[in-house]
Amino acid sequence: MNASHEFILRVRNLRTHFHTDQGIARAVDGVSFDIPAGKTLALVGESGCGKSVTALSILGLVPHPPGEVSGEAIEFEGRNLLAFSEAEMRRIRGNEIAMIFQEPMTSMNPVFRIGDQIGAVLRLHRGLSKAAAREEVLALMQRVGIPAAESRLEDYPHQMSGGMLQRVMIAMALSCHPKMLIADEPTTALDVTIQAQILDLLRVLQRETGMSILLITHDLGIVAEIADEVVVMYAGKKVEHAPVAALFAAPKHPYTRGLFASLPAMQQHRQRLYAIRGAVPAPTDFPAGCRFHPRCPYAMDCCRRDEPPLLETGDAHRTACWLHDAGVMAAQGKAPGLPPEAAP
Amino acid sequence: MTPDLLVVQDLVKHFPVRKGIFSRVAGHVRAVDGLSFRIPRGKTLSLVGESGSGKTTTGRAILRLIEPTSGSVRFDGIEVTSMNRQDLRALRKRMQIIFQDPYGSLNPRMTVYSVLSEALRTHRLPQATGARDRVYELLSLVGLPPEAADRYPHEFSGGQRQRVGIARALAVEPELIVADEPVSALDVSIQSQILNLLEDLQQQLGLTYLFIGHDLSVVRHISDSVAVMYLGRIVELGPVEAVFEHPVHPYTIALLAAAPVPDPARKRRRILLPGDIPSPINPPTGCHFHPRCPDAQPGCARCETPLIEISPGHWVACPVHAPGAPANA
Amino acid sequence: MKANAKNKKQSYWRLLGRQFLRNRLAVAASAILLLLLLTALSAPFLASGQPIYLIKDGKTYWFSNVVTQRDLANFDFRTWERKPGDYGIWPVVHYSPEESSLRNRLEPPSRSHFLGTDDRGRDVLSRMIWGTRISISVGFVAVGISVFIGIIIGALAGFYGGKVDMIAQRVIEIMMCIPVFFLIISLIAFLPPSIYNIMGVIGITGWTGVARLVRGEFFKLRASDFATAARATGLSDRRIMFRHLLPNALGPVLVSATFGVAGAILTESALSFLGFGVPPPTASWGEILSQSKRYIDFAWWLVTFPGAAIFITVTAFNLVGEGLRDAMDPRLRQ
Repeated sequence: MNASHEFILRVRNLRTHFHTDQGIARAVDGVSFDIPAGKTLALVGESGCGKSVTALSILGLVPHPPGEVSGEAIEFEGRNLLAFSEAEMRRIRGNEIAMIFQEPMTSMNPVFRIGDQIGAVLRLHRGLSKAAAREEVLALMQRVGIPAAESRLEDYPHQMSGGMLQRVMIAMALSCHPKMLIADEPTTALDVTIQAQILDLLRVLQRETGMSILLITHDLGIVAEIADEVVVMYAGKKVEHAPVAALFAAPKHPYTRGLFASLPAMQQHRQRLYAIRGAVPAPTDFPAGCRFHPRCPYAMDCCRRDEPPLLETGDAHRTACWLHDAGVMAAQGKAPGLPPEAAP
Repeated sequence: MTPDLLVVQDLVKHFPVRKGIFSRVAGHVRAVDGLSFRIPRGKTLSLVGESGSGKTTTGRAILRLIEPTSGSVRFDGIEVTSMNRQDLRALRKRMQIIFQDPYGSLNPRMTVYSVLSEALRTHRLPQATGARDRVYELLSLVGLPPEAADRYPHEFSGGQRQRVGIARALAVEPELIVADEPVSALDVSIQSQILNLLEDLQQQLGLTYLFIGHDLSVVRHISDSVAVMYLGRIVELGPVEAVFEHPVHPYTIALLAAAPVPDPARKRRRILLPGDIPSPINPPTGCHFHPRCPDAQPGCARCETPLIEISPGHWVACPVHAPGAPANA
Repeated sequence: MKANAKNKKQSYWRLLGRQFLRNRLAVAASAILLLLLLTALSAPFLASGQPIYLIKDGKTYWFSNVVTQRDLANFDFRTWERKPGDYGIWPVVHYSPEESSLRNRLEPPSRSHFLGTDDRGRDVLSRMIWGTRISISVGFVAVGISVFIGIIIGALAGFYGGKVDMIAQRVIEIMMCIPVFFLIISLIAFLPPSIYNIMGVIGITGWTGVARLVRGEFFKLRASDFATAARATGLSDRRIMFRHLLPNALGPVLVSATFGVAGAILTESALSFLGFGVPPPTASWGEILSQSKRYIDFAWWLVTFPGAAIFITVTAFNLVGEGLRDAMDPRLRQ
């Protein structure tokens, strides 16, 4: 078994820091994960948790200065992207790893026709002729479900709806047969019925092409629909990592559990919602120890002092929380694990 | 029976679309196209819909922050649409609004204290000496410490700003609050804090809410009744349980099916609606939904689609699933 | 909230100030402007033929350089024979800007006249110092007038839109079609020569830029949620315009006003150079420069010093304006 081919991307101890007036913002601080080939890994977290910065770091798109990316490795098919030059990265971006964004409108150039914009990518990366590129664009647009694709080739971005533009973005991303797609909140700006269409499209395309997807989202509903594996991030740290079913069945980190509990479920009505107290700390001012401890209902002394390591808590289920450390809990005369569901 | 605080009847708002150098009116955006509903005092009605459904316009037209084109809005028995400016300013003490974007809804150059005390002064609420105390009272009502009074908006997080926005709305002691997507821009963990706050305030102060939203689970959580909007019209209206448990209109059904549910094990019937939401400048004829409707009949493009009461309080505008009125309601 | 407690009480202007202070060039330019302002304010103490403090014939006089003392007004201090016990403190330059001496015409810089004399034997340094007053006050008052007009018209146009905006826009366009300098010259020709007329004319011809700026900002701001919230609170239009919208539009106006002061100073100098400026014998930089026309072949000091003063002042205002503009640009902020 060759480990480097089982995983398309291996991120090892990634650190992305920003130097600001207020000090060093440790936006991503030692995050590791692997994406199996052909699978979807979701990075979940609230604003400021570092999930988007992680994606930008992988593609080498963090502005420097003020940003600084370091870490052990970002291994893409066995090659360390951290050691790549800007020119080498350009060959990777859009070609082997493609990315789609939350706001399709702002990612398109408003003065060029849709067909020309996708065509330009094809001609650049695949060296197609103008006519061949047009053929290919048409095929791509049909593939992502744009109706009357031929006539829409001549449209400008503002003539298309948000959902259509996101399809165009996906078509553009697919144009060079990438091995991996990074989707940064791809449906957040879209309406519910359109969002469902786009998620469906991503699922179908993944099945057809076998590409891996790194999905960045704050919406646990979307994670449940499309992800195979989930990494939950909080304040620049990975707090939990599990296969999707395991995570949703039994979240192990108090933060993850809090997130689930604060969702107004469709089934219940007018019950008081669980709320995680306080707010996410500023990235320049993360607390010592476990970064979640000021908001955690179970915080112990060691949480305020020492950063919890990532602990194996079950089959491929890992979480960074002292509650799961047998030694720490035994010292308190308790069994390791998250306390049973108590009304906080 | 509770008397209705707000009664909206046939509310219409068309925005002219101007073209050319002479600003010729080339068409109308039919943002709100004949809306009727009522909210009993102390209750919450939600307007749900996707972009272009006209829900935000409806909220602003009720407060006359946008002048409605026609129709009637009665607040506590008083007609709002024909009111003069003087009376309108007085009425604004009784109807307030909370906004979606916690960053854009607060004046960046004013401290929280000046924002809140200004609202108090405008309506001469407390005696001059009591303004500071009242500001502190408002802040504690929305769960902010008194020190917050002397800060500027940019010193707060999104959730805290939303609390300030709520405090501003509460300053004039309103009876009706139009909450325009108040939690859509917030993180999940903050969203539940604000939803709890809104519910607590409703109980404490007897507020009536017109809640505008697109997140169905939030709407389900907070409302007593729901109006589902599509292209400026209500397609289904009823008590929250009826609409969510027994949806009748194909659009409502599709909307509920499309909402992602945080449960990977749940295999649900997926209804993928084809196509996009049409432009409200040229909405489809007949039932606006017919081009995307899985159950559309040939007649749907032609017929009018009035709301029919299919069970007490549950109204549906669909010629297929709610044909004709059992008794002309 | 803990995270925010550190940078507590940071109003927008404070943030702006901090950003501005990082721009060394702009800070240096501000220092020059401050120096000019002080020069203008303390002109009587820097250059005057009258003493600041004097004991003469057993009588004590205070501040005759500021307040006219009847006994001293016509006294010629140059021919003054000091008696024992007489004592005086003079300003640095003890020539008044209007004091001519035909024996000392067109003298090059020397120990008695640091920057030389003009064609009537008046001390150039003294005239330069007093000319600072004219330049600075014309700059500020003229721009004050144009900013005031510009804000009112721009605010009304941007806030109400529609017909009000249409009319305001056409007026602005008409104003912008007329070459301002010739308009100023024609207006000045009809008016009695006075510094106030110059300020007024430069002011009422220069408001269009500010008006367009304010209009644009108001257009954007009036659709913002906080403006809607203010309306929903029941505030009057005037209060929304001037309490809520204007403070948010003031930044760009300040930048434009700073550039405006530079422009106004230049215009005043040009008018004085052409002989339409402040009436003689009042000293002004442009007026000194205009004398140099005739003596340019040898009286280099008449060109160099006022020219440099105008150049430095205008450049300093522009640098400060640019500094402010950059400080306000959120893209440059880290």
